[in-house]
Parts: sequence; C-alpha cells; structure tokens
Amino acid sequence: MLTKITIQKIDKELKKFPDDQKQSAIIAALQIIQTENGFLTNDLIAMAADYLDMPKIAAMEVATFYNMFELKPAGKYKISICTNISCALRDADDIVCHLKKKLKIDFNEVTKDKKFSLKESECMGACGGAPLMTVNNQKMYEYLTPQKVDQILEELDS
Amino acid sequence: MEKGRQNKAFEKKETFPICLRTSHLDDSASLKTYLDIGGYQQIQRILREKISPEKLIEEIKISGLRGRGGAGFPTGIKWSFIQNDSPGTKYIVCNSDEGEPGTFKDREIIKNNPHQIIEGMTIAAYIMGAQVGYNYIHGEIWEEYESFENALAEAKKANFLGKSICGFNFDFELFAFHGYGAYICGEETALIESIEGKKGQPRFKPPFPATYGIYGRPTNVNNTETYASIPWIIQNGGESFANIGVENSGGTKIFSVSGHVENPGNYEIPLGMPFNELLKLAGGVWKGRTLKAVIPGGPSTPVLPASEIMKTTLDYDGLKNAGSSVGAGSLIVMDDTTCMVSTLKRLSYFFYEESCGQCTPCREGTGWVYRVIKRIVEGKGKPEDMELLQDVSQKISGRTICALGDAAAVPVLSFIKYFKSEFEYFIKNGKSMVAKTHD
Repeated sequence: MLTKITIQKIDKELKKFPDDQKQSAIIAALQIIQTENGFLTNDLIAMAADYLDMPKIAAMEVATFYNMFELKPAGKYKISICTNISCALRDADDIVCHLKKKLKIDFNEVTKDKKFSLKESECMGACGGAPLMTVNNQKMYEYLTPQKVDQILEELDS
Repeated sequence: MEKGRQNKAFEKKETFPICLRTSHLDDSASLKTYLDIGGYQQIQRILREKISPEKLIEEIKISGLRGRGGAGFPTGIKWSFIQNDSPGTKYIVCNSDEGEPGTFKDREIIKNNPHQIIEGMTIAAYIMGAQVGYNYIHGEIWEEYESFENALAEAKKANFLGKSICGFNFDFELFAFHGYGAYICGEETALIESIEGKKGQPRFKPPFPATYGIYGRPTNVNNTETYASIPWIIQNGGESFANIGVENSGGTKIFSVSGHVENPGNYEIPLGMPFNELLKLAGGVWKGRTLKAVIPGGPSTPVLPASEIMKTTLDYDGLKNAGSSVGAGSLIVMDDTTCMVSTLKRLSYFFYEESCGQCTPCREGTGWVYRVIKRIVEGKGKPEDMELLQDVSQKISGRTICALGDAAAVPVLSFIKYFKSEFEYFIKNGKSMVAKTHD
C-alpha cells in the first residue's frame, strides 16, 4: 500500500496536469516512492500505475527507461558518480578508484552493511564543478578530491 | 544601458551578463533581487500598453536571438508559428533538460535568475496565447528543481503568475517538471512524451509541436537561455541585443567552459568573441599546458584541433566556417595530455547508453561503434577498424527519427578526421600515443 504521505505528495504533483492526464505524474510518483523506499519493486510500480489509472506496463516502461530509477535494492546512500567527458578530463577516474577501494565495492554493488551503493552516471549538467557525484539523486557534491570524498563518506556514515 | 559598458563589450574581451546578470548578487534567486534590477516590468508594460504580439515578435526577430539549446533556430520566426488567437489550450515549455556533456548553463540560470526565465516564458505565453507552461528540469539537479519551485511560489504569490496577472486580463499557469535521467528528453518531442508520462522516445515529425505537442495541443518548446534573454530584449529593444553580437549572431551567449582550463564555469559573452579571449577569461589551459583540442558546443558538434579553434570567433558563422557549431555552447577544452582515442570511447559509450532504442541504425550502430573503439583501447584493434568506425557512423547519420543518431556520428568522424595518427598508433601498438600524466 502507498502511505498517506506518499499519496499526499503524488496528489500535489497531480495538480500540475489536467484532470484527465494523470499519467503525466508517473515520473514524479515513482520518484516519490523510490525516495521513501530506496528502490522500486514491481508491486510498487503497479500501485503507482493503479493510482494514476494507467496500464501497469506503461509505468514499467517509465521505470526501466529513466536512469535514475533503481529496480534493485540500493544502499542507504546511493552514490552516483559522473564519468562523462568533462569529469573524466578532470580525473573522475581517480575518484572512482578511490570510492571503489574505500567502499570495497564495484559499480552496481552494495556494501555489506547496506549503507552505500555505487553507480556510474552520465552527464549531470554541472560540469563546471567536475568531478562530481550525487547522493540519493538529490544532494550534489562538486569539485571532488579523494580527501573531500573521505570527508563526505564520514559525514554520511556518522 | 550605460554606454561605457556597451562599448567595452563591443571589444569582445569581457563577459556581458544578461541571463546571468544576477549571479554576482546576494540572494540572487529571490523575487526581491529580480524586482530590484527591474524584473517583471516588461510583462507589466506589455499588458498595460496592450502591445500586440506581432510587434513583440518583430522586436525578437530584429534581436537576432536564435534557439540557445543547440539548433540555433531564429526565435522570432518560431514564435510566429503558433497563432495567438487559435482556440483551445496551448502550452509553453522550457527545456532545462541539459544533458549534453559539458553543458551546465541552464542550471546556473535556474539557480541564480529563475524569475527571468518565468518572465520570459510569461511573455512567450502572451505572444502565443498560451495558458499553461512547464519547465522541464534535468533529473540530476534536484536542488535547482526545488529552488525553481520556490521561485514559482513567490511569483504566484506576487501575482506575476496565475489568474489575472498583475490585475490584467491575462492568465498563465507555470509548473516545474522534474526529469529522471534521460539525455534523449532534451529532444523536444521526447520531452513532450515525457511530460505525458511516457518513456522519452522522440516523435516522428511532422507534425511539429507547434501544431501537435503536449496532449496533441499546440506547444512551443525553447531552451532556458532563450526565454531568459527575452525580458532584456523587450526592455532594451531588439537592435540593442543584435548590436552586442555580430551579423547573424545577435546578442550574448553563455559558454559553459569545462575540462582542462584553470577556471571552469559559465561565461556569458558577446557572440563573435575570438576563442582565445574566452580561453583567457577562463584562466587559460590549466597547469600551464598546451591546448590540444576543443569541442565547442558539446559532443554533438565536431571537435576542432587547437590550430583551428585558435583562429575562430565564437558565433554561429565563425564556428560553422571552422567546420563545427555553436551547439549549446558547451565548450570542452582538452590539453596535450589527452588521449583522443580513450576520450572518443567515453563519448561513444554515452551515445550507446542514451540511445532510446527506437530506430535500428542508432540502437545497433551506437553499440557497434562503442564496441569497436573499446577493442582498440583494449589493444585489440584491427587495421580495418578505422574504416569500419567511419562506415557505421555514416550509416547511422541521417537515418533516424531524431538528431541523436547524427550526434553519435559526429565525434567519431571528427576525432578520426583530425587525430587519425593517434588512432593508427593505438591500433598498431596496442597502446596510447599519449601517456596520461598525473600530477
């Protein structure tokens, strides 16, 4: 079941669209659900589809199309790091190596304590601050150095 | 406008902030800051004086403003496609889904000057008789999405949006839409599909959005920077804007400078500025190294070697004559330690990953290209690989519904054109000609 808070948040998004176009809120609805649950299950996607009166398969298409949705359990803190050209030119590879070594995981893996997961990301549209990463799709950290990464991980872990 | 400043700008050695004119101010994004610099006065003047849409479109045509998202289509002409008095709901959409690698200008406008986007969109709505608008914001910049929501709330509260704007007989509702990680949604019909709650696969055109857009209704889609330029143009006149730039390239343009420069960031400059002046503004090539190559407008625009870009001016004709394009102004600088083969591998992976899968040449071709470059980088390249890469790229180009396929071919063809010997060396020796030096 979708929680009351989830429904309130989805209803707020629905106000942006005509009454007969509820499907327009599916990306927002799945984002809201993912933010609460950490990742999306088939059941949760189906519930979102039901709530917006749309076919389940159409909601599934959306969940599998957009890169920021997680269809498998992620860590409590999902780290997405950009490795595209502008970040690569400013040594994002070094940050990736540092993160992998520090967390002892590879891309698309979760740490044993389920605290962190790591994901390779495409351009985040903030290349002036390269190299950069986001945590849980919402908080962005720019101008990364290995030292800064250590500090961020420590803060999240505490 | 102060004359002194305008004259200086004509020398094309300094930035000329229009879209980014609040960036240096405290509390830059607030309604108060925007009102202090004369914000929302243009929409009020238009409504008060009942200035006709035709007159406004004429002014925008004179300004020479061209779509800042990459296509460079003249804005004034585009805005005459939707009839102001045609019946039914019409939509105004702002495309802030900047995902082209190296592009980060819309983020700064949203972050520091959101009300100028709102005023620009409201003027667009007045011109085209639209009632509803959406600003589609790139998935990864959640904080900017939230701050834009705040700006919308401020504007609504102050009656710059909503019913009877500023007491006049004009309604316009504007909403923020948050994307969720799909480069293709920067393509306007994919973006429209996304707003309809579908996966972002581009539509076959025609019909164009001006006749068949969101929910089948007439829709105008423009880039963030385009809308944000409008209030200044209406305030100062089209000619003032045109005069800042050069012929065919009116006004200012934000160049997002990233990669190997001392000071990466956004530089809003008069169009027509020589590249070397912008490079100076960005602090020059970092670590005192030598310039090797520049991608002037994002990976969808051809790379230029240092020898070419150093004699080029940054405007639509200047870059076109040099064999590239302004694109979204996503200027990526590469120094002499850059391995062009590995760089192309990353770009090709990007297009492969982001192809929506709808058209076979793009879905399959981008994968082919990526796998061939990957095997070269792994030291398993074959002598015929360069020809194969060019052949596959040429066969994607022009055979797809949208421009992503063409874009995927651009880096392959231009990297091989200018840096052929590096590819040959890599294939022959199984290693890069350029040893990457880490300081």
